[in-house]
Amino acid sequence: MSLKITKENAEKAEFRNYCRHWLSHHDAGTPLVKLPQSAIEIMHQEQLDYLRKWQGEAYAAGLIGCDYPIIEGGAGRKGCQAIANQEMARASKPFLPNILGLGMAAPTLHFHAQQALKERLLPRLFSCEDVWCQGFSEPGAGSDLANVQTFAERKGDKWIINGHKVWTSLAHFADWMILLARTDKSKKYDGLTYFVVPIKSTLGESVRVQPLIKITGETGFNEVFFDNLEISDDYRLDDVGKGWKVAQTTLLHERGAGPMVTPSSGRGNKKASAVGDAYALIDLAKDSMRDGQSAANDPLLRDQIMQMIIRQEGSKQGARRAKVEGLCEHPMRLPLQTKLVMSEIRQDNAAVALDILGAHSTLSINDENAPAGGEWPLAYMNSYGITIAAGASEIQRNILGERVLGMAKSK
Amino acid sequence: MTQAKNFAFGEDEKMLRDTARKFLQDHLPTDKLHQLVASDSDPYRDPPCHWDKNLWLQIVELGWSTVIVPEENGGSGMSLVALCALVEEAGRAALPSPFIATAIASLVLRECRTSPANELLQAIASGKTATLASTPKSASWLASDCDVCLVDGTLNGSAYFVQDARKVETLLVQCKTQSGLALYAVPTNSEGVEIIADGIIDLTRDQAHIHLNKVSVSDAQLLSEQACDVLEAAEPGILTLVSADICGAGEWQLQTTVEYMKVREQFDHPLGYFQALKHPLVNVMIMIDQAKSLTYNAACAVDSEPENAAKFARMAKALASEVAAYASNRSIQFHGGIGFTWECFVHLYSKRQKHNQVLYGDAKYQRAKLADLLMGSIA
Ligand SMILES: Cc1cc2nc3c(=O)[nH]c(=O)nc-3n(C[C@H](O)[C@H](O)[C@H](O)COP(=O)(O)OP(=O)(O)OC[C@H]3O[C@@H](n4cnc5c(N)ncnc54)[C@H](O)[C@@H]3O)c2cc1C
Repeated sequence: MSLKITKENAEKAEFRNYCRHWLSHHDAGTPLVKLPQSAIEIMHQEQLDYLRKWQGEAYAAGLIGCDYPIIEGGAGRKGCQAIANQEMARASKPFLPNILGLGMAAPTLHFHAQQALKERLLPRLFSCEDVWCQGFSEPGAGSDLANVQTFAERKGDKWIINGHKVWTSLAHFADWMILLARTDKSKKYDGLTYFVVPIKSTLGESVRVQPLIKITGETGFNEVFFDNLEISDDYRLDDVGKGWKVAQTTLLHERGAGPMVTPSSGRGNKKASAVGDAYALIDLAKDSMRDGQSAANDPLLRDQIMQMIIRQEGSKQGARRAKVEGLCEHPMRLPLQTKLVMSEIRQDNAAVALDILGAHSTLSINDENAPAGGEWPLAYMNSYGITIAAGASEIQRNILGERVLGMAKSK
Repeated sequence: MTQAKNFAFGEDEKMLRDTARKFLQDHLPTDKLHQLVASDSDPYRDPPCHWDKNLWLQIVELGWSTVIVPEENGGSGMSLVALCALVEEAGRAALPSPFIATAIASLVLRECRTSPANELLQAIASGKTATLASTPKSASWLASDCDVCLVDGTLNGSAYFVQDARKVETLLVQCKTQSGLALYAVPTNSEGVEIIADGIIDLTRDQAHIHLNKVSVSDAQLLSEQACDVLEAAEPGILTLVSADICGAGEWQLQTTVEYMKVREQFDHPLGYFQALKHPLVNVMIMIDQAKSLTYNAACAVDSEPENAAKFARMAKALASEVAAYASNRSIQFHGGIGFTWECFVHLYSKRQKHNQVLYGDAKYQRAKLADLLMGSIA
């Protein structure tokens, strides 16, 4: 037992060294266009091309998907994705564009798809040759996801899909979609089936993608309309009627609480990484004059900054404690808090940044005098994306209250 | 230096903690605690000091007093993380005892590195009790502030906010001397020591202020001539232990209130069905979890990353103090009318938490100090 642990630790240490070495010798290059703050705000082909090249290189170097089996395009390692992520972040490498693929489609395929399908799709997903999107939400099915009405009708060994998905991030670039569809109108949860759907080849015919514009003016998500799209039964995951069960794997990983660690990288450079980080508020305050004096001398702002640093450190230490069984009251208690806590901290960090900036806080990215390039007000607006998407904060609180604390289910 | 990934919380620490949890569940269930400390509800009664001395003797038997005493002084030389886990259990049980006061005294004594201090540590490891008497009337938590002076070999002046003073045998008295600040060990029954009980709201501990009138002390009682440095070095550990008590008591408040949300029905639903109750309790849980993670991080820093201990301990006590306030507030409110009665157990914990919240500095104080560390003082 202890020998095995030592060997595992030695392998991990070696892998970390390898990552560090590769990252220090690999330059992702300078993007020719300004990059957005995260993958779900990618608007332009040039942005995608730059990021896709980086993801492909990182995959080729073995830093992405490394915990997946070799036959599925991974490296067959254990516990190494977290190490690669730490090193990519430390090296301030650009973010990975295919996040819906890496964070949701990949673990779902891994746990639920036929072997042949995994082998065909996963390597192209990891390399970002194929971009993925998530077709879950609909106009009438947001928080109440099991209410999806997009219908898949069986026709021999084919399925015919009709319906309307909304807020579909990256659909404008996507080759594939993970799709939650209804196959039985008489049952809510048991009437759902899970598919992976090639959407690019039939774009403009049976699939129509129409961009939606965010409060920031950026695009990034879309409406997707299916008009008699025909797909093979090979693209179904698990049994007919088991879509809700499969979707739980997707959702658990989307919230950072699943068994597979999602590959993630940095934010491109140190300056970009600072936006959203509580410790960066210190320098922001030192550099900011508001109400005629340095923000760093205002005791109330100092208190607010400390509150954020403490919460951020608390959640960082929580991730550490989650791995120490003896110090956890319930196995899912910390993992299920991850998304809620991170998204609210990011939002509040940005709100405190705007407080610090005072009258300068309304200068936005189109003003050359905006402090920190106007990235903080943009981050504040974008932060609502994360407190709403992937199960809004209110829904996360329901889940924690019910699954972890065991209180009665709310409607 | 760096910390162990698992907070150095291994099998030994877990066993110690689990045994303590079981012991307190068996010997001090909350109804028994209520009988022990809340038999008299008269708000104008003389300040009580209820504790179970027999229980304390069993705790000594279990070795809790030895945990952080170095092996060369007859202790078991375990980590602050281990002690922290015990204190969390003491908080969960709202244990009235000299345990935490004595643990804090041990933290201070560890830093003295003199033979009188080592001898006292040795005595603590075999069951002696002690408490720190260093705070001035102004409630300044700065190690440099105190209201006691050494004059012609005698201690004169007063110490305030002395924890569990009526349960302990020895006071660690800080005093001003001609050359600086010193720390003396003073038996509570010494000639000239007057212990005046404070009427505090917490029923699970006692507090006093102490007048010292020409209390003679000898060199054999001189624990340190660098009291300021010693107390500053011990402070992160002290803050960490109070945070651990808050986390344990907070978890009791959370679980007890959640349980009530499952059994009490109104409007045809168990109360937990209503999000106005469910969501705040989730917030309490999240805060407890953050405070607990920060507390173990701080404890581990005291053990193995001392250069960051002050920073991390202030973080822990700041968030824990918020937990103390919020968990108490919601636990009373969500029990409704029953929660407002003396019979209901929640007030016992709310009162202990109120005490914990302000002891050694509340959240605002900790954050101001943390800001000075991370941002520099206000220019
Ligand atoms: C930036 C962004 C990207 C997205 N990307 C994708 C994507 O790629 N694929 C995809 O499928 N979807 C995506 N979504 C959609 C997202 O999953 C939904 O917006 C989300 O699930 C909320 O659903 P809704 O918008 O219908 O809000 P609603 O469900 O209508 O909720 C409105 C408000 O009511 C609250 N609420 C709802 N029900 C309850 C309840 N039972 N108790 C208490 N409060 C409740 C919510 O928390 C919210 O505050 C994205 C959304 C955003 C903002």
